[in-house]
Amino acid sequence: MRGPGPEARMGVGGCWPRLPALPLSSPPLYRPRAPREVVGHFTEEETEAGERPPGPFALPRKKLRRRKRPRARARWPACTSRSCIALPSRGSRSRRHAVREPIARPPAAHSRRLLSARRRRAWGAAAAPEAGREPARAGPAVPGSRCRGGSRASVGEGAGGGNDIQWCFSQVKGAVDDDVAEADIISTVEFNHSGELLATGDKGGRVVIFQQEQENKTQTHSRGEYNVYSTFQSHEPEFDYLKSLEIEEKINKIRWLPQKNAAQFLLSTNDKTIKLWKISERDKRPEGYNLKEEDGRYRDPTTVTTLRVPVFRPMDLMVEASPRRIFANAHTYHINSISINSDYETYLSADDLRINLWHLEITDRSFNIVDIKPANMEELTEVITAAEFHPNSCNTFVYSSSKGTIRLCDMRASALCDRHSKLFEEPEDPSNRSFFSEIISSISDVKFSHSGRYMMTRDYLSVKIWDLNMENRPVETYQVHEYLRSKLCSLYENDCIFDKFECCWNGSDSVVMTGSYNNFFRMFDRNTKRDITLEASRENNKPRTVLKPRKVCASGKRKKDEISVDSLDFNKKILHTAWHPKENIIAVATTNNLYIFQDKVN
Amino acid sequence: MFARGIKRKCFDGEEDIEGTLAGFKSVPSYNLQRQSLLDMSLVKLQLCHMLVEPNLCRSVLIANTVRQIQEEMTQDGTWQVINAQNTGQASLDRLVSSDILCRSTKEQNEGKLVPSYSGFSKDFENTPSQDIISDLSTVTSVQAPRNPQSNNVWEMENSQENRGNFQKSLDQIFETLENKNPNSVEDLFSDVDNSYYDLDTVLTGMMNNTKMGHCDVLESFSSQTTTNSNSNCKSDINELDHIVEILVES
Repeated sequence: MRGPGPEARMGVGGCWPRLPALPLSSPPLYRPRAPREVVGHFTEEETEAGERPPGPFALPRKKLRRRKRPRARARWPACTSRSCIALPSRGSRSRRHAVREPIARPPAAHSRRLLSARRRRAWGAAAAPEAGREPARAGPAVPGSRCRGGSRASVGEGAGGGNDIQWCFSQVKGAVDDDVAEADIISTVEFNHSGELLATGDKGGRVVIFQQEQENKTQTHSRGEYNVYSTFQSHEPEFDYLKSLEIEEKINKIRWLPQKNAAQFLLSTNDKTIKLWKISERDKRPEGYNLKEEDGRYRDPTTVTTLRVPVFRPMDLMVEASPRRIFANAHTYHINSISINSDYETYLSADDLRINLWHLEITDRSFNIVDIKPANMEELTEVITAAEFHPNSCNTFVYSSSKGTIRLCDMRASALCDRHSKLFEEPEDPSNRSFFSEIISSISDVKFSHSGRYMMTRDYLSVKIWDLNMENRPVETYQVHEYLRSKLCSLYENDCIFDKFECCWNGSDSVVMTGSYNNFFRMFDRNTKRDITLEASRENNKPRTVLKPRKVCASGKRKKDEISVDSLDFNKKILHTAWHPKENIIAVATTNNLYIFQDKVN
Repeated sequence: MFARGIKRKCFDGEEDIEGTLAGFKSVPSYNLQRQSLLDMSLVKLQLCHMLVEPNLCRSVLIANTVRQIQEEMTQDGTWQVINAQNTGQASLDRLVSSDILCRSTKEQNEGKLVPSYSGFSKDFENTPSQDIISDLSTVTSVQAPRNPQSNNVWEMENSQENRGNFQKSLDQIFETLENKNPNSVEDLFSDVDNSYYDLDTVLTGMMNNTKMGHCDVLESFSSQTTTNSNSNCKSDINELDHIVEILVES
């Protein structure tokens, strides 16, 4: 999508809240939107063609030229510093700044996937292979997914984390067989801001969105379950001809935009390209055209005897996904994070060495705000692993590094945020030092709390919670799987030590959750200081089965029901988890299945 | 459960390393652990499959681990030396089996012997990483004045070239990691820049490298690139720019 036309007219930006006013001393980051210019001054030849003669009071007309393109577009301030990347469009002559290699753009035609409501429901019930592309996400009918009244599972022994919440199995999505197709591996999970929609991205470049059913009066003992709402192919594999390398279509991150009108918007990214998708519903269609038949063929105008006004008639609900913006060619390295700003107009994308700031409506230009690439690549010792905007301050963001440091930057300080405002780093514990100390200190995920006061980081063995006002150490540290510390060499050998686990907060910032191996995931209650280990497996498939807490024993003596460290399956890892923003519903992604658990509602 | 193909068991806790030592059955010493970790890291760095761009974060972490081991080994003064036949016809297969034992100060105090690690290397497949390992092994400890007690017996004459060789190999790894920009226009149309798999490149690297004035391997590690590669980069960028212009305009 190039050219100014539809994007300039798109009303999305106009509905969103304005930028907060900046203090006068700091330079403005963006100029306010230029007022729309009226286009359409005609040349003299056209006026002479067929216009009315000027009246007695007409002023002499100036010879004006018709503008080639409308100028009413929000502009970034013209910037000649190296922080501004003006991306070349095909055929453009100006190339002031760094040139990025052109990457073949995916054709837009395939990106729409229409799914009628009827098919949607059938999807959740049975494995119906619709078309070649549809993922086998449904699996066989899980009779347990419909809650039966009255069945009670045995209460798990011991209280769990999180105010003694008891977690029950709710649903599982995905193929049953153990043979995992590579394209079905789930790579990201994200709830939207209301929690009604749950998006997953997989390695095959597809995005599947689940919608929570409205709660029924008859089923008061369960919250609505999630069924497929929309499926579309977000990214296609590409080939970078200059480097002779494939660009994977794996979806690295999905981030929802807050809802402003009837449609939903999300950003999805693979290694190189970010796309803004609009998911809209259509439940009416116009009928009764005069010149077109119902199937679309054109009528012979001579056969039209009467005229009628087309009306909207209801139809089966259709959910359409269309790409509205494609942000490409701005990253040399693999994108690992995207984060939407609290002004809802800009977002950042971070790769291994650089972070770029984008405006959601402008696709051919982005600002580089962090660049840690050394002039000499042999001196490279640190990469960016994750980045996120502060949930309340639109000028603050953090990024984490592979050396275990988190830097908080303020965009008002300078255009290129090379110097951090705060540096969060915990001094190393000398007793635990080993060759792998640096690798296990590499932070794989950083998440702000909803309040904005705390942030959580996940390194290989622990979860740390930092107060933004204290830089020298975290306020809380939770060990996720300390029993692996003695196994680090083996984990280094089989590359598991490089696994990037994610973490998430619950809606009230009282409990944090992260994944582990053997399909275990862990929750830590910050108030009661209790933690619980649960397993996502198909063995607990009964509805509302309360999950039994699991335990891993590190040393020799293995008690009953415990699992020894050596029998853990390191191929079954839970890297991606998400927590509903308002309720106690969690989505946990194993390799190719998505589990949804709820707390026990009495 | 763990990766297959490497017979050698990794030491978790107290486990004996079986069979591969040249007759030494001992608790794996720290040096041994360190050395095998170094080998493993180098193999990992080399084995980036080339179709998809390798993960930069992982490569950087492994490289940092290698550097850290390098630092430690330099400080300890325990460069294990293997009498590699490092002539121009150094064969790609086996590491030279060496009976050279190296005593570090630590071991001396404890009275232990650090066995050679050549046995381990035999487990490795015939990978080009052998070049690097053999090069690494030929680097001597020049810390003799610092470590009067160490009995580093063997000093290679071309030790400095080998050190530079190691650096050059690591440079090449980083270059590959950074981009796949080939060094000439012809390579643009060839598949993959396999230059560092070539023995020739490695050997020419030996000759291209300037003599390092410092004894410290670490310093040579992090020193600037040679002027060679600098000028190469600049001309490459110009050529690349030109090519990109052509491609984009078309």
